[in-house]
Amino acid sequence: MRDIREKLLKKIHELFDAGVVDRVVGWKAGEFCYDVTPALFNAGNIDEILYDAFCGPNQSKFLVKGAEGGEKKILALLKPCDTYSYNQLITEHRIDPEKIYALGIPCTGMVDINKIRALGISGILGIEEDGENLKIETLYGTESCKKADVLLERCLVCKGKNHVAGDELLIPDEEAPEVPKCAERMTEVEKLEAMSPEERFNWWRSQLSKCIRCNACRNACPACTCRTCVFDNPSSGVSAKVNTNDFEENMFHIIRAFHVAGRCTDCGECSRVCPQNIPLHLLNRKFIKDIDEFYGEYQAGAEPNVRGPLISYTEQDVEPSIVMTRG
Amino acid sequence: MQLNDTNQAVPAESGAYKPLIVAFCCNWCSYAGADTAGSSRLSYPSNIKIIRVPCSCRVNPLFILRAFQRGADGVILCGCHPGDCHYTTGNYYARRRMTLLFSMLDYLGIERERTRVEWISAAEGAKFAATMNEFAETINRLGKNRKLRDLRCEI
Repeated sequence: MRDIREKLLKKIHELFDAGVVDRVVGWKAGEFCYDVTPALFNAGNIDEILYDAFCGPNQSKFLVKGAEGGEKKILALLKPCDTYSYNQLITEHRIDPEKIYALGIPCTGMVDINKIRALGISGILGIEEDGENLKIETLYGTESCKKADVLLERCLVCKGKNHVAGDELLIPDEEAPEVPKCAERMTEVEKLEAMSPEERFNWWRSQLSKCIRCNACRNACPACTCRTCVFDNPSSGVSAKVNTNDFEENMFHIIRAFHVAGRCTDCGECSRVCPQNIPLHLLNRKFIKDIDEFYGEYQAGAEPNVRGPLISYTEQDVEPSIVMTRG
Repeated sequence: MQLNDTNQAVPAESGAYKPLIVAFCCNWCSYAGADTAGSSRLSYPSNIKIIRVPCSCRVNPLFILRAFQRGADGVILCGCHPGDCHYTTGNYYARRRMTLLFSMLDYLGIERERTRVEWISAAEGAKFAATMNEFAETINRLGKNRKLRDLRCEI
Protein backbone atom coordinates (compact mmCIF):
# COMPACT_ATOMS: atom_id res chain seq x y z
CA MET A 1 0.00 0.00 0.00
CA ARG A 2 2.90 2.36 0.76
CA ASP A 3 4.16 2.27 -2.84
CA ILE A 4 0.63 2.80 -4.14
CA ARG A 5 0.32 5.88 -1.93
CA GLU A 6 3.61 7.29 -3.19
CA LYS A 7 2.53 6.75 -6.76
CA LEU A 8 -0.83 8.31 -5.98
CA LEU A 9 0.67 11.45 -4.41
CA LYS A 10 3.00 11.84 -7.40
CA LYS A 11 0.02 11.57 -9.75
CA ILE A 12 -2.00 14.09 -7.75
CA HIS A 13 0.88 16.56 -7.86
CA GLU A 14 1.10 16.10 -11.62
CA LEU A 15 -2.62 16.77 -12.05
CA PHE A 16 -2.41 19.91 -9.91
CA ASP A 17 0.67 21.13 -11.75
CA ALA A 18 -0.95 20.53 -15.12
CA GLY A 19 -3.90 22.64 -13.94
CA VAL A 20 -6.45 19.88 -14.51
CA VAL A 21 -7.84 20.02 -10.99
CA ASP A 22 -7.68 22.47 -8.10
CA ARG A 23 -8.96 20.34 -5.23
CA VAL A 24 -9.23 16.70 -4.33
CA VAL A 25 -11.39 14.54 -2.09
CA GLY A 26 -8.97 12.36 -0.18
CA TRP A 27 -8.80 10.54 3.13
CA LYS A 28 -7.75 12.05 6.41
CA ALA A 29 -7.14 10.37 9.75
CA GLY A 30 -9.26 11.54 12.63
CA GLU A 31 -8.25 11.35 16.25
CA PHE A 32 -6.88 7.86 15.66
CA CYS A 33 -5.23 6.38 12.61
CA TYR A 34 -8.14 3.97 12.06
CA ASP A 35 -10.65 6.77 12.23
CA VAL A 36 -10.41 7.73 8.56
CA THR A 37 -12.87 10.11 6.93
CA PRO A 38 -13.05 11.69 3.49
CA ALA A 39 -11.87 15.29 3.41
CA LEU A 40 -11.27 18.03 0.87
CA PHE A 41 -7.64 18.90 0.14
CA ASN A 42 -6.15 21.66 -2.01
CA ALA A 43 -2.73 22.38 -3.43
CA GLY A 44 -1.36 23.29 0.00
CA ASN A 45 -1.92 20.05 1.83
CA ILE A 46 -1.93 17.28 -0.77
CA ASP A 47 0.86 15.43 0.98
CA GLU A 48 -1.40 14.79 3.98
CA ILE A 49 -3.66 12.52 1.93
CA LEU A 50 -3.73 9.06 3.41
CA TYR A 51 -4.10 5.81 1.60
CA ASP A 52 -3.81 2.70 3.73
CA ALA A 53 -5.91 -0.29 4.71
CA PHE A 54 -8.19 1.90 6.87
CA CYS A 55 -9.30 4.00 3.88
CA GLY A 56 -12.58 2.16 3.48
CA PRO A 57 -14.93 5.17 3.26
CA ASN A 58 -16.65 5.45 -0.11
CA GLN A 59 -15.95 8.92 -1.45
CA SER A 60 -18.42 9.18 -4.28
CA LYS A 61 -21.14 10.81 -2.18
CA PHE A 62 -18.84 13.68 -1.25
CA LEU A 63 -18.66 14.65 -4.92
CA VAL A 64 -22.30 15.77 -4.84
CA LYS A 65 -21.40 18.82 -2.78
CA GLY A 66 -17.69 18.81 -3.66
CA ALA A 67 -18.25 19.27 -7.40
CA GLU A 68 -20.24 22.47 -6.86
CA GLY A 69 -18.32 25.70 -7.34
CA GLY A 70 -14.58 25.71 -7.93
CA GLU A 71 -12.81 27.01 -11.00
CA LYS A 72 -11.37 23.73 -12.21
CA LYS A 73 -12.40 20.13 -11.87
CA ILE A 74 -12.38 18.28 -8.58
CA LEU A 75 -10.24 15.17 -8.36
CA ALA A 76 -11.98 12.03 -7.15
CA LEU A 77 -10.00 9.00 -5.97
CA LEU A 78 -12.08 5.93 -6.66
CA LYS A 79 -11.42 2.40 -5.52
CA PRO A 80 -12.93 -0.25 -7.80
CA CYS A 81 -16.10 -0.62 -5.71
CA ASP A 82 -16.49 3.17 -5.40
CA THR A 83 -16.81 3.41 -9.17
CA TYR A 84 -20.17 1.61 -8.98
CA SER A 85 -21.56 4.30 -6.70
CA TYR A 86 -19.99 6.93 -8.95
CA ASN A 87 -21.81 5.53 -11.98
CA GLN A 88 -25.05 5.37 -10.06
CA LEU A 89 -24.74 9.04 -9.05
CA ILE A 90 -24.12 9.98 -12.70
CA THR A 91 -27.20 7.98 -13.73
CA GLU A 92 -29.30 9.85 -11.20
CA HIS A 93 -27.90 13.23 -12.30
CA ARG A 94 -26.61 13.89 -8.83
CA ILE A 95 -23.11 14.63 -10.07
CA ASP A 96 -21.87 16.08 -13.32
CA PRO A 97 -18.92 14.04 -14.67
CA GLU A 98 -17.81 17.16 -16.59
CA LYS A 99 -16.85 18.78 -13.31
CA ILE A 100 -14.96 15.80 -11.97
CA TYR A 101 -11.67 14.16 -12.83
CA ALA A 102 -12.04 10.59 -11.64
CA LEU A 103 -8.82 8.72 -10.94
CA GLY A 104 -9.19 4.99 -10.43
CA ILE A 105 -6.90 3.66 -7.73
CA PRO A 106 -6.16 0.02 -6.92
CA CYS A 107 -7.34 -1.58 -3.70
CA THR A 108 -6.30 -4.79 -2.03
CA GLY A 109 -9.09 -4.89 0.54
CA MET A 110 -9.84 -2.64 3.46
CA VAL A 111 -9.85 -3.73 7.09
CA ASP A 112 -12.51 -3.51 9.76
CA ILE A 113 -11.27 -1.98 13.00
CA ASN A 114 -13.88 -3.92 14.98
CA LYS A 115 -12.49 -7.22 13.74
CA ILE A 116 -8.97 -6.17 14.75
CA ARG A 117 -10.23 -5.21 18.18
CA ALA A 118 -12.01 -8.52 18.48
CA LEU A 119 -8.63 -10.23 18.15
CA GLY A 120 -7.61 -8.46 21.33
CA ILE A 121 -5.38 -5.90 19.65
CA SER A 122 -5.72 -2.41 21.14
CA GLY A 123 -3.83 0.85 21.30
CA ILE A 124 -3.37 0.87 17.54
CA LEU A 125 -0.93 3.46 16.20
CA GLY A 126 -0.37 2.36 12.64
CA ILE A 127 -0.86 -0.40 10.12
CA GLU A 128 1.40 -1.85 7.47
CA GLU A 129 0.68 -4.55 4.91
CA ASP A 130 3.09 -7.40 4.72
CA GLY A 131 1.96 -9.82 2.04
CA GLU A 132 -1.05 -11.72 3.39
CA ASN A 133 -0.44 -10.41 6.88
CA LEU A 134 -0.90 -7.10 8.60
CA LYS A 135 1.73 -5.60 10.84
CA ILE A 136 -0.01 -3.51 13.44
CA GLU A 137 1.96 -1.00 15.45
CA THR A 138 0.43 -0.60 18.90
CA LEU A 139 1.23 1.11 22.18
CA TYR A 140 2.23 -2.29 23.49
CA GLY A 141 4.51 -3.35 20.67
CA THR A 142 4.03 -4.78 17.20
CA GLU A 143 1.25 -7.28 16.61
CA SER A 144 0.41 -9.16 13.48
CA CYS A 145 -2.65 -10.90 12.07
CA LYS A 146 -3.89 -12.36 8.81
CA LYS A 147 -5.46 -9.71 6.63
CA ALA A 148 -8.20 -12.06 5.44
CA ASP A 149 -9.43 -12.38 9.03
CA VAL A 150 -10.03 -8.68 9.50
CA LEU A 151 -11.38 -7.60 6.10
CA LEU A 152 -14.48 -5.42 5.92
CA GLU A 153 -17.68 -7.29 5.09
CA ARG A 154 -17.79 -5.68 1.65
CA CYS A 155 -14.24 -6.80 0.86
CA LEU A 156 -15.08 -10.42 1.69
CA VAL A 157 -17.45 -10.36 -1.27
CA CYS A 158 -15.29 -8.08 -3.42
CA LYS A 159 -16.70 -7.14 -6.82
CA GLY A 160 -13.22 -7.46 -8.33
CA LYS A 161 -10.31 -5.23 -9.20
CA ASN A 162 -11.81 -3.67 -12.31
CA HIS A 163 -12.94 -0.05 -12.31
CA VAL A 164 -16.23 0.50 -14.13
CA ALA A 165 -15.87 4.27 -14.47
CA GLY A 166 -13.27 7.01 -14.38
CA ASP A 167 -11.11 9.21 -16.56
CA GLU A 168 -7.78 7.58 -15.80
CA LEU A 169 -6.35 4.66 -13.86
CA LEU A 170 -3.35 4.94 -11.57
CA ILE A 171 -2.36 1.38 -12.47
CA PRO A 172 -4.01 -0.55 -15.32
CA ASP A 173 -6.55 -2.99 -13.91
CA GLU A 174 -4.67 -5.95 -15.43
CA GLU A 175 -1.53 -5.05 -13.48
CA ALA A 176 -3.34 -4.43 -10.20
CA PRO A 177 -3.00 -7.12 -7.55
CA GLU A 178 -5.64 -9.85 -7.53
CA VAL A 179 -8.30 -9.52 -4.86
CA PRO A 180 -9.46 -12.82 -3.45
CA LYS A 181 -13.16 -13.31 -2.89
CA CYS A 182 -13.58 -14.90 0.53
CA ALA A 183 -17.34 -15.44 0.83
CA GLU A 184 -20.54 -15.82 -1.12
CA ARG A 185 -22.61 -12.65 -1.04
CA MET A 186 -25.98 -14.21 -0.24
CA THR A 187 -24.97 -16.85 2.31
CA GLU A 188 -26.14 -14.82 5.30
CA VAL A 189 -29.39 -13.86 3.60
CA GLU A 190 -30.10 -17.48 2.76
CA LYS A 191 -29.42 -18.48 6.34
CA LEU A 192 -32.05 -16.02 7.52
CA GLU A 193 -34.52 -17.13 4.87
CA ALA A 194 -34.20 -20.69 6.07
CA MET A 195 -35.32 -19.75 9.59
CA SER A 196 -38.95 -19.87 10.65
CA PRO A 197 -40.79 -16.52 10.61
CA GLU A 198 -40.79 -16.47 14.40
CA GLU A 199 -37.04 -17.02 14.59
CA ARG A 200 -36.46 -14.40 11.93
CA PHE A 201 -38.62 -11.92 13.75
CA ASN A 202 -36.76 -12.44 16.99
CA TRP A 203 -33.39 -12.28 15.26
CA TRP A 204 -34.21 -8.98 13.57
CA ARG A 205 -35.66 -7.58 16.80
CA SER A 206 -32.41 -8.42 18.56
CA GLN A 207 -30.52 -6.50 15.86
CA LEU A 208 -32.80 -3.57 15.09
CA SER A 209 -33.55 -2.85 18.75
CA LYS A 210 -29.93 -1.76 19.07
CA CYS A 211 -30.60 1.15 16.70
CA ILE A 212 -30.06 4.56 18.28
CA ARG A 213 -31.35 6.31 15.15
CA CYS A 214 -28.15 8.26 14.67
CA ASN A 215 -28.86 8.27 10.91
CA ALA A 216 -25.23 7.38 10.16
CA CYS A 217 -26.35 4.63 7.74
CA ARG A 218 -28.32 7.19 5.79
CA ASN A 219 -25.67 9.88 5.91
CA ALA A 220 -22.90 7.60 4.69
CA CYS A 221 -24.93 5.89 1.97
CA PRO A 222 -23.87 7.04 -1.51
CA ALA A 223 -27.37 6.27 -2.79
CA CYS A 224 -29.07 8.49 -0.17
CA THR A 225 -28.60 11.91 -1.72
CA CYS A 226 -32.10 13.41 -1.62
CA ARG A 227 -31.94 17.13 -0.81
CA THR A 228 -34.62 16.61 1.81
CA CYS A 229 -34.91 13.17 3.28
CA VAL A 230 -38.29 11.82 4.34
CA PHE A 231 -36.75 11.31 7.77
CA ASP A 232 -35.94 15.02 8.00
CA ASN A 233 -39.39 16.16 6.94
CA PRO A 234 -41.38 17.13 10.04
CA SER A 235 -44.71 16.74 8.23
CA SER A 236 -43.96 13.14 7.27
CA GLY A 237 -44.68 12.07 10.83
CA VAL A 238 -41.58 9.84 10.87
CA SER A 239 -38.89 12.45 11.41
CA ALA A 240 -38.43 11.77 15.10
CA LYS A 241 -34.77 11.83 16.00
CA VAL A 242 -35.10 8.87 18.25
CA ASN A 243 -36.99 5.61 17.84
CA THR A 244 -39.74 5.77 20.39
CA ASN A 245 -40.78 2.14 20.05
CA ASP A 246 -40.02 -1.06 18.20
CA PHE A 247 -42.36 -0.18 15.35
CA GLU A 248 -40.22 2.84 14.52
CA GLU A 249 -37.04 0.78 14.64
CA ASN A 250 -38.50 -1.60 12.07
CA MET A 251 -40.08 1.14 10.00
CA PHE A 252 -36.91 3.23 9.75
CA HIS A 253 -34.85 0.34 8.49
CA ILE A 254 -37.46 -1.03 6.09
CA ILE A 255 -37.96 2.40 4.53
CA ARG A 256 -34.25 3.22 4.45
CA ALA A 257 -33.51 -0.03 2.64
CA PHE A 258 -36.54 0.34 0.36
CA HIS A 259 -35.54 3.83 -0.73
CA VAL A 260 -32.24 2.51 -2.06
CA ALA A 261 -33.64 -0.76 -3.46
CA GLY A 262 -32.58 -1.15 -7.07
CA ARG A 263 -30.02 1.64 -6.62
CA CYS A 264 -27.91 0.10 -3.87
CA THR A 265 -24.55 -1.05 -5.23
CA ASP A 266 -23.96 -3.13 -2.10
CA CYS A 267 -20.99 -1.02 -1.06
CA GLY A 268 -21.62 -1.85 2.58
CA GLU A 269 -21.10 1.66 3.95
CA CYS A 270 -24.28 1.37 6.05
CA SER A 271 -22.94 -1.58 8.04
CA ARG A 272 -19.45 -0.14 8.22
CA VAL A 273 -20.52 3.11 9.85
CA CYS A 274 -23.17 1.67 12.17
CA PRO A 275 -21.99 2.43 15.72
CA GLN A 276 -24.18 -0.40 17.00
CA ASN A 277 -22.86 -2.91 14.45
CA ILE A 278 -26.27 -3.77 13.04
CA PRO A 279 -25.78 -5.85 9.85
CA LEU A 280 -27.76 -3.42 7.71
CA HIS A 281 -26.29 -4.77 4.48
CA LEU A 282 -28.46 -7.85 4.98
CA LEU A 283 -31.57 -5.74 4.36
CA ASN A 284 -30.11 -4.28 1.19
CA ARG A 285 -28.90 -7.67 -0.01
CA LYS A 286 -32.37 -9.13 0.44
CA PHE A 287 -33.71 -6.56 -2.01
CA ILE A 288 -30.82 -7.28 -4.37
CA LYS A 289 -31.49 -11.01 -4.13
CA ASP A 290 -35.21 -10.56 -4.82
CA ILE A 291 -34.53 -8.23 -7.74
CA ASP A 292 -32.09 -10.75 -9.22
CA GLU A 293 -34.59 -13.58 -8.78
CA PHE A 294 -37.71 -11.80 -10.00
CA TYR A 295 -36.45 -9.34 -12.59
CA GLY A 296 -33.11 -10.75 -13.71
CA GLU A 297 -29.54 -10.23 -12.55
CA TYR A 298 -28.84 -6.58 -11.95
CA GLN A 299 -25.84 -4.79 -10.51
CA ALA A 300 -26.55 -1.14 -9.79
CA GLY A 301 -23.85 1.16 -11.12
CA ALA A 302 -22.20 -1.42 -13.37
CA GLU A 303 -22.76 1.04 -16.21
CA PRO A 304 -24.11 4.59 -16.26
CA ASN A 305 -27.49 5.68 -17.59
CA VAL A 306 -29.48 2.47 -17.39
CA ARG A 307 -33.00 2.29 -15.95
CA GLY A 308 -33.03 0.50 -12.62
CA PRO A 309 -35.40 -2.37 -11.87
CA LEU A 310 -37.81 -0.28 -9.78
CA ILE A 311 -38.31 2.33 -12.48
CA SER A 312 -38.98 -0.17 -15.21
CA TYR A 313 -41.34 -3.12 -15.64
CA THR A 314 -42.38 -5.88 -17.96
CA GLU A 315 -45.91 -7.07 -18.59
CA GLN A 316 -44.97 -10.56 -17.43
CA ASP A 317 -43.65 -9.52 -14.01
CA VAL A 318 -44.42 -11.84 -11.12
CA GLU A 319 -47.39 -11.02 -8.93
CA PRO A 320 -46.79 -9.99 -5.30
CA SER A 321 -48.48 -13.25 -4.25
CA ILE A 322 -45.24 -15.02 -5.16
CA VAL A 323 -44.07 -14.15 -1.65
CA MET A 324 -46.80 -16.48 -0.39
CA THR A 325 -46.22 -19.34 -2.76
CA ARG A 326 -42.46 -19.64 -3.13
CA GLY A 327 -42.23 -21.32 0.22
CA MET B 1 -53.90 9.10 7.93
CA GLN B 2 -55.65 9.58 11.21
CA LEU B 3 -57.86 6.93 12.61
CA ASN B 4 -60.28 7.95 15.29
CA ASP B 5 -61.19 5.81 18.25
CA THR B 6 -64.09 4.13 16.56
CA ASN B 7 -61.75 2.88 13.85
CA GLN B 8 -59.47 1.05 16.23
CA ALA B 9 -59.52 -2.69 16.24
CA VAL B 10 -61.48 -3.30 19.39
CA PRO B 11 -63.30 -6.40 20.53
CA ALA B 12 -66.85 -6.24 19.23
CA GLU B 13 -69.63 -6.06 21.75
CA SER B 14 -70.08 -9.75 21.64
CA GLY B 15 -66.52 -9.99 22.90
CA ALA B 16 -65.34 -11.61 19.67
CA TYR B 17 -62.18 -10.23 18.10
CA LYS B 18 -62.85 -7.95 15.19
CA PRO B 19 -59.82 -7.04 13.09
CA LEU B 20 -59.27 -3.75 11.35
CA ILE B 21 -58.45 -4.03 7.69
CA VAL B 22 -57.31 -1.20 5.45
CA ALA B 23 -57.97 -1.45 1.72
CA PHE B 24 -56.20 0.98 -0.59
CA CYS B 25 -58.36 1.15 -3.70
CA CYS B 26 -57.51 2.90 -6.92
CA ASN B 27 -60.01 5.52 -7.96
CA TRP B 28 -60.59 4.18 -11.48
CA CYS B 29 -61.14 0.46 -11.04
CA SER B 30 -61.26 -1.00 -7.56
CA TYR B 31 -63.03 1.88 -5.85
CA ALA B 32 -65.67 1.68 -8.54
CA GLY B 33 -65.61 -2.10 -8.05
CA ALA B 34 -66.55 -1.55 -4.42
CA ASP B 35 -69.39 0.63 -5.62
CA THR B 36 -70.55 -2.11 -7.98
CA ALA B 37 -70.45 -4.59 -5.10
CA GLY B 38 -72.65 -2.23 -3.10
CA SER B 39 -75.15 -1.60 -5.83
CA SER B 40 -75.36 -5.34 -6.54
CA ARG B 41 -76.27 -5.83 -2.86
CA LEU B 42 -73.20 -7.95 -2.23
CA SER B 43 -71.91 -7.69 1.29
CA TYR B 44 -68.39 -7.51 2.61
CA PRO B 45 -67.24 -7.01 6.23
CA SER B 46 -67.77 -3.56 7.68
CA ASN B 47 -64.38 -3.59 9.40
CA ILE B 48 -62.70 -3.10 6.03
CA LYS B 49 -61.90 0.57 5.68
CA ILE B 50 -61.38 1.77 2.14
CA ILE B 51 -58.88 4.52 1.38
CA ARG B 52 -59.26 5.86 -2.12
CA VAL B 53 -56.02 6.61 -3.96
CA PRO B 54 -55.63 8.04 -7.48
CA CYS B 55 -53.69 4.99 -8.65
CA SER B 56 -52.27 1.88 -7.01
CA CYS B 57 -48.79 3.27 -7.59
CA ARG B 58 -49.65 6.23 -5.36
CA VAL B 59 -49.27 3.88 -2.41
CA ASN B 60 -45.93 4.48 -0.78
CA PRO B 61 -44.53 1.60 1.30
CA LEU B 62 -44.69 4.00 4.22
CA PHE B 63 -48.50 4.15 3.90
CA ILE B 64 -48.68 0.42 4.46
CA LEU B 65 -46.36 0.49 7.45
CA ARG B 66 -48.25 3.43 8.91
CA ALA B 67 -51.55 1.59 8.56
CA PHE B 68 -50.06 -1.26 10.59
CA GLN B 69 -48.64 1.19 13.10
CA ARG B 70 -52.01 2.78 13.70
CA GLY B 71 -53.65 -0.53 14.40
CA ALA B 72 -54.48 -2.21 11.10
CA ASP B 73 -54.33 -6.00 11.23
CA GLY B 74 -54.23 -6.42 7.47
CA VAL B 75 -53.62 -4.20 4.47
CA ILE B 76 -54.82 -4.92 0.96
CA LEU B 77 -54.01 -2.92 -2.14
CA CYS B 78 -56.45 -3.05 -5.05
CA GLY B 79 -55.82 -1.61 -8.49
CA CYS B 80 -56.74 -1.95 -12.12
CA HIS B 81 -55.73 -5.14 -13.88
CA PRO B 82 -52.22 -4.95 -15.36
CA GLY B 83 -52.60 -3.35 -18.77
CA ASP B 84 -55.77 -1.47 -17.77
CA CYS B 85 -54.23 1.29 -15.69
CA HIS B 86 -55.91 4.67 -16.17
CA TYR B 87 -52.41 6.15 -16.31
CA THR B 88 -51.23 3.34 -18.60
CA THR B 89 -48.41 1.91 -16.47
CA GLY B 90 -48.91 2.85 -12.80
CA ASN B 91 -49.92 -0.59 -11.62
CA TYR B 92 -46.88 -2.22 -13.24
CA TYR B 93 -44.64 -0.12 -11.00
CA ALA B 94 -46.86 -0.76 -7.98
CA ARG B 95 -46.60 -4.48 -8.67
CA ARG B 96 -42.79 -4.44 -8.51
CA ARG B 97 -42.71 -2.26 -5.41
CA MET B 98 -45.23 -4.33 -3.51
CA THR B 99 -43.54 -7.60 -4.44
CA LEU B 100 -40.30 -6.33 -2.92
CA LEU B 101 -41.98 -4.77 0.11
CA PHE B 102 -43.98 -7.90 0.94
CA SER B 103 -40.91 -10.03 0.54
CA MET B 104 -39.04 -7.73 2.92
CA LEU B 105 -41.81 -7.91 5.52
CA ASP B 106 -41.68 -11.69 5.28
CA TYR B 107 -37.89 -11.52 5.68
CA LEU B 108 -38.32 -9.55 8.90
CA GLY B 109 -40.62 -12.27 10.19
CA ILE B 110 -43.92 -10.44 9.83
CA GLU B 111 -46.80 -12.72 8.81
CA ARG B 112 -46.92 -12.61 5.04
CA GLU B 113 -50.69 -13.20 4.89
CA ARG B 114 -51.32 -9.75 6.36
CA THR B 115 -50.54 -7.98 3.11
CA ARG B 116 -52.07 -8.65 -0.28
CA VAL B 117 -52.47 -7.13 -3.72
CA GLU B 118 -55.51 -7.84 -5.86
CA TRP B 119 -56.45 -6.48 -9.29
CA ILE B 120 -60.17 -5.65 -9.42
CA SER B 121 -61.91 -3.82 -12.27
CA ALA B 122 -64.91 -1.53 -11.96
CA ALA B 123 -67.19 -4.29 -13.25
CA GLU B 124 -65.96 -6.93 -10.82
CA GLY B 125 -68.21 -6.17 -7.85
CA ALA B 126 -68.52 -9.87 -7.13
CA LYS B 127 -64.74 -10.30 -7.12
CA PHE B 128 -64.41 -7.31 -4.81
CA ALA B 129 -66.83 -8.75 -2.27
CA ALA B 130 -65.37 -12.24 -2.50
CA THR B 131 -61.79 -10.97 -2.11
CA MET B 132 -62.69 -8.84 0.89
CA ASN B 133 -64.59 -11.67 2.58
CA GLU B 134 -61.71 -14.04 2.01
CA PHE B 135 -59.09 -11.54 3.20
CA ALA B 136 -61.11 -10.72 6.33
CA GLU B 137 -61.32 -14.43 7.09
CA THR B 138 -57.54 -14.80 6.73
CA ILE B 139 -56.91 -11.87 9.05
CA ASN B 140 -59.47 -13.18 11.54
CA ARG B 141 -57.57 -16.44 11.62
CA LEU B 142 -54.20 -14.70 12.10
CA GLY B 143 -55.54 -12.58 14.92
CA LYS B 144 -54.20 -9.31 16.14
CA ASN B 145 -51.16 -7.75 14.50
CA ARG B 146 -48.58 -7.50 17.23
CA LYS B 147 -45.36 -7.46 15.29
CA LEU B 148 -45.73 -4.23 13.37
CA ARG B 149 -47.76 -1.98 15.57
CA ASP B 150 -47.31 0.99 17.83
CA LEU B 151 -48.38 -0.54 21.12
CA ARG B 152 -49.16 2.93 22.48
CA CYS B 153 -52.19 2.91 20.18
CA GLU B 154 -53.72 0.15 22.28
CA ILE B 155 -56.76 1.27 24.17
